[in-house]
Amino acid sequence: MTTTTPAVLPVRAQEEDQPVRRRRRGLSPGRALPASRLIGPALLLALWAAASAAGQLDPGAIPAPWTVLRTAGRLWSAGTLPTDILTSLERAAYGFTIGLAAGVVLALAAGLSRVGEALIDGTVNLNRAIPTLGLIPLFILWLGIGEAFKIAIIAIVVYVPIYLNTHSALSGIDSRFVELAEVQGLSRLRFVRQIVIPGALPGFFVGLRLGVTGSWLGLVVLEQINATSGLGYMMFQAQNYGQSDVILVGLLVYGIFGLVSDSAVRLIERRVLSWRRTLSS
Amino acid sequence: MAPHTEQLTRPAVQLRGLTRSFEGRTVLDGIDLDLPAGQFTALLGHSGSGKSTLLRAIAGLDHKVAGSGRLTAPEKVSVVFQDSRLLPWRRVLDNVLLGLNGADAERKGRAALAEVGLEGRERAWPSELSGGEAQRAALARSLVREPELLLADEPFGALDALTRIRMHALLRELWTRHQPSVLLVTHDVDEAIVLADRVLVLDSGRVGLDLAIERDARARGEYRGRLLAALGVTEGVG
Repeated sequence: MTTTTPAVLPVRAQEEDQPVRRRRRGLSPGRALPASRLIGPALLLALWAAASAAGQLDPGAIPAPWTVLRTAGRLWSAGTLPTDILTSLERAAYGFTIGLAAGVVLALAAGLSRVGEALIDGTVNLNRAIPTLGLIPLFILWLGIGEAFKIAIIAIVVYVPIYLNTHSALSGIDSRFVELAEVQGLSRLRFVRQIVIPGALPGFFVGLRLGVTGSWLGLVVLEQINATSGLGYMMFQAQNYGQSDVILVGLLVYGIFGLVSDSAVRLIERRVLSWRRTLSS
Repeated sequence: MAPHTEQLTRPAVQLRGLTRSFEGRTVLDGIDLDLPAGQFTALLGHSGSGKSTLLRAIAGLDHKVAGSGRLTAPEKVSVVFQDSRLLPWRRVLDNVLLGLNGADAERKGRAALAEVGLEGRERAWPSELSGGEAQRAALARSLVREPELLLADEPFGALDALTRIRMHALLRELWTRHQPSVLLVTHDVDEAIVLADRVLVLDSGRVGLDLAIERDARARGEYRGRLLAALGVTEGVG
């Protein structure tokens, strides 16, 4: 008896489970976890807090999270943090808008006409080969040390990835769709609106996300080199006075801006490209 | 055959000495051909025999191809391709309406979708359709423009056998109702016999055989034999 019982039980269990569906290894990553993008950062924050509380971190090098928050509150009520954030946001917004417009217009011009391609594509790729931050000295000479050169540099950092990805998506549009447009008698304007632009949107969004990230990267560097205001300036000053908590406040704000703007682009992308069914859906 | 007889007087497509060549290789070699209005014609040929080239010439899709000859074709031409060629970013109804103008367009589009049995799928994305459904949507897209000439380039080539039989019936039914001239390019001899009133075999850039098909099941075997012979295919003796 004792030997037969374990042999019988699993068979019964199998019979009860079986008819629903056959087991097959699923290869798609499965359902997304709730608020999955916040799990990693939250874990990191918890580790940081725990290490600080346990006294494992030198408060002069890495102050505790609550010290950083207190400093942020102090800077905010003193009025310097809001001013710095606004200045930085304004620079990023101007540079980003100009870069976005330039990237899209140039990509359309290069993608839709052979003359445009001949004039633009090589030039942009030449521009890409030059490190944009290496242009800073020249731009300061041309545009002065004010806002104009900062916005110009950010615009360049933004337009390059948007141009490259949009242009490659444009030239990758299936020639069968071009043929279809001819058969259906589409005008050139309708062809661009109904086939070219929707077809290039996936590439455009890749460029957009790179551009958004790029605008923040450019900002950090620019505001630490030549500025008298802005988040980068605030952090640079803090370095001179050894205020690591202020530096961390700056990094925190940059991080939040980066995360929020990237999430916003992702959200728009999901809405606009809802026709795509990919692994992530 | 009867309902179309009175229309057969005016040719919808007229080709005179039509020649097309790719890189010095002659693909169409001086074709003379009349396609009467309202006739269902099938064009058979080996791959590389030039049947797609001929269809694309009539459709006006051969901008970059060297050639000569005269060609007259109706103003309103629709093309059905082997792939459904639905734009993945437009819903099914919007795909059907592609390039269509007028206040009435949407009603016509819905009617065309209902006609091919896709009522209720207007808001679906193309990626949600099966192969047969996608091809029916493509048929609706070509019919909604009320073409005088419907060109079909192996439209059922990518479908499974059962779906293909249903599509044959649907195409034949749509043709009977709307009476466009049809030129169907295919490599399937049986498909040509089932669907067409006239079968052309293209051979080395010329029309090798021009066969009228009576809608009479008894003659099918004979048609099949003659068409296969013209294509240079000998069936194994069993």
